[in-house]
Amino acid sequence: MTAAAGERFGDRIFRLSLAAAAGLILLAALALAVQLSWASRATWAQFGPAFLWGRTWDPVAGSFGALPFLYGTAVTSALALLIAVPLGVGSAVFLTELAPRRLADLLGFAIELLAAVPSVILGLMGVFILVPAVRAVEPELTRTLGFLPFFRGAPYGVGFLAAGLILALMILPYITTVAREVLRTVPPPLKEGMYALGATRWEVVRGVSLPYARSGIFGACFLALGRALGETMAVTMVIGNAPDISASLFAPGYSMAAVIANELAEAAGDAHLSALIAIGLALLAVTVVINGLARLMIYRLERRA
Amino acid sequence: MKHFPLAAVILLAAPFARAASLTGAGSTFAYPIYSKWSDEYHKVKPDLQINYQSIGSGGGIRQFTEKTVDFGATDGPMTDEQIAKAGGKVLHLPTVMGADIPVFNVAGVDELRFDGPALAAIFMGKITNWNDPALAKLNPGVKLPDLAITVVHRSDGSGTTYCWVDYLSKVSPAWEKTVGRGTSVNWPVGLGGKGNEGVSGLVAQTPGAIGYVELIYALQNKMSFGSVRNKSGKFLKASIAGVTAAAAGAARHMPKDYRVSITDAPGPNSYPISTFTWLLVYPQNPAGKGAELKGFLRWMLKDGQAMAPALGYAPLPATVKAMVAKTVETIQ
Amino acid sequence: MNASVYARRRRVNALMLAATAACAAVSAGVLLGILGYIAWKGASSLSWSFLTELPKPVGETGGGIANSILGSVKVVGLAGLMGIPVGVASGVYLAEYGRTGRFAFCVRYAADVMNGVPSIVIGLFAYALVVMPMKRFSALSGSVALALIMIPIILRNTEEFVRLVPGTIREAALALGVPRWKVAAFVVLPTAGRGIATGALLALSRAAGETAPLIFTAFGNRYWDQGLLGPIATLPHTLYNYAISPYADWHQQAWAAALILMAFMLAVNVAARVWLRPPSTGAL
Repeated sequence: MTAAAGERFGDRIFRLSLAAAAGLILLAALALAVQLSWASRATWAQFGPAFLWGRTWDPVAGSFGALPFLYGTAVTSALALLIAVPLGVGSAVFLTELAPRRLADLLGFAIELLAAVPSVILGLMGVFILVPAVRAVEPELTRTLGFLPFFRGAPYGVGFLAAGLILALMILPYITTVAREVLRTVPPPLKEGMYALGATRWEVVRGVSLPYARSGIFGACFLALGRALGETMAVTMVIGNAPDISASLFAPGYSMAAVIANELAEAAGDAHLSALIAIGLALLAVTVVINGLARLMIYRLERRA
Repeated sequence: MKHFPLAAVILLAAPFARAASLTGAGSTFAYPIYSKWSDEYHKVKPDLQINYQSIGSGGGIRQFTEKTVDFGATDGPMTDEQIAKAGGKVLHLPTVMGADIPVFNVAGVDELRFDGPALAAIFMGKITNWNDPALAKLNPGVKLPDLAITVVHRSDGSGTTYCWVDYLSKVSPAWEKTVGRGTSVNWPVGLGGKGNEGVSGLVAQTPGAIGYVELIYALQNKMSFGSVRNKSGKFLKASIAGVTAAAAGAARHMPKDYRVSITDAPGPNSYPISTFTWLLVYPQNPAGKGAELKGFLRWMLKDGQAMAPALGYAPLPATVKAMVAKTVETIQ
Repeated sequence: MNASVYARRRRVNALMLAATAACAAVSAGVLLGILGYIAWKGASSLSWSFLTELPKPVGETGGGIANSILGSVKVVGLAGLMGIPVGVASGVYLAEYGRTGRFAFCVRYAADVMNGVPSIVIGLFAYALVVMPMKRFSALSGSVALALIMIPIILRNTEEFVRLVPGTIREAALALGVPRWKVAAFVVLPTAGRGIATGALLALSRAAGETAPLIFTAFGNRYWDQGLLGPIATLPHTLYNYAISPYADWHQQAWAAALILMAFMLAVNVAARVWLRPPSTGAL
């Protein structure tokens, strides 16, 4: 009897101490939200929610609006997904379905390692290699696709396009790795059934593997995106840093994380600092929403499985 | 293996060296010279380590106000409001001077002359082509192409930007009214590059671009740059001598708190886009710190100034040096 | 079966498979390009003295980044001491006790959100949490920032690996009358140990590459550190300072520092890979 009670006691202590550790991260996230709200209260008091759709950012006059940064973050993230998802899923298909095991491991490792490149380094390379390359390609894009508003304007090199490419590079390893994992979980009998019917490899991939893995891949994209939103240094170096809203992908823009990284250190005025932290809070809110969507995707996947 | 965590804690916690230390933070512009002084003074006085970190002038003012550092450093003086927040008593000690220069990328053109109104008009987006009559008038004999101007500015808040827009505000009422002064401003046109390399890289890569960088950066990287017309009507390329001349005028009328702007300074040899950079020190310091600070500042004025030109900074004029020396003696 | 339809299907098959191969080649090629570029730019400044000496003042050639390397080891090590136990414990909690339930859901959500917060904001948070109350910059505050970055990664990774431990192992131990906590601590955890350790290693390597959260916390130092309660130099931070300076000599050193950082990352990732054959998604 006492032994049993002792066991139960031990279990309880163990469970509670684990729960306490888990609670710590929850606490940290809440404390972060509270701290950001508190430090940005002056901005919310002055501008209210209109801060989110204000279009001027004038630290001298003390007039602040976050719309250009929200827009830039949305455009660059969408662009990054548009590039990285096909590339990542394509790579994952190759690695799981086609490549010999050794080669797959090696290539998979190389792609995963991309995630380990510090973003300062990626940014420096972006300035010296990516930007000139983008500038060289832009007139060509205008010539062929110039009927679309996205591909017009002066070829500066820096801008939404360059930033989207850098971001794509940063989320590529996550999408590839997760897509590869999910594709691995496709039950072999399903695929074998298709093969038995005379399907080609590609038809099996398209007809069985990808639909099976779809939700998981979507979820992975959202999680990768949630993380990419917060990447600063590399994006700052190539986005052009102009708080403008324009349809052209060649135009310079700005992102939320970039403006924080650029102006935080030199923000001498309290109103300016408060506005930057308000952007940080808005970014946190966006991350919460994105992760919520990802969670929903994964929930659907798990319910089906 | 069992004691591994404990051993790790001990190893990590162990200081590698112990010495008295002073911590300072602020201006990125002055980081090279301050770290040089820190090293040289460490040779003179090995038991003192001065750790200066470039977190930006705004950050320097903030950390100085919060008293997380022993001294601050800034390229733009603190405002009255900021001084009040820091307790009302702050010493601004000028240490060295620097300048901003216009850099451009126009094929076939190596030398260009600018004046204040033209630069202001370019950076406001009023002059948009290199063949604009205003530029042609300033540059007789230069064949300016029909090429759109791309303005490049700093994206990160910076003392370099402050000096540039402070100058534009002085020479152009329109600029002062619509844009004004600050370490970050609402640029009417242009691309933002991060840091000096960001700006110089963009200018070098973009045909028709114009931007501004620090004089040191251009000297160290052997860049060509334009000359600017000063108050006496003379076109000057930035140089250490030109910066020193700009400070000479201010030196004669130096205010007691040293918060003075030397952009658009009078004098035939004054380069017009020049600035001081300051150390921020409290007159009253915690026990021990005051004496160490005083010692370092004395050495900085006596021996440190000579190291400035080699790094691209202009040393203080003699009159200012004498004034600062007196102020240093009041530090406790 | 119509022969031409079959031929077309085969052509599509070949085309699409070639496209996927191209995707993989491009993705992996980018990494090789980056590594090659860094090696090319950095190798010329690399020397023994660069690894063992203190920085020289600008204008004098030579000097090293020994204090930054040691500083990174200290700051990241301390972050690991704080972050790994918390991350592993909460991961085990989620896998063993929190498969469902509102609390577990919130913890997972919080971890994912923390993972997406810009690292510079994490730095600000650590500044408010540690630097402001202590009125000084310190290695400790930098470690707190890095630990906050590591915990979500370790947590998610640990949860996945603990979940992979077959239920039969647990049941066998429980059937022998072993208390549940002992099963978790001495049976499940060691079984998942390698995976967890790998995740921790990868989290450490990610933390080791962060600059932004250290600027307002660890602060940097030109000298050897003076213990955990004083400012300390770190490798990525020094790299950043050198990269934004106006001097060509410092730019060179920045590339060499980048090479060292990259070599370290590579070593950690290869070690993790060798240690644990089947790769995981955990690092997300």
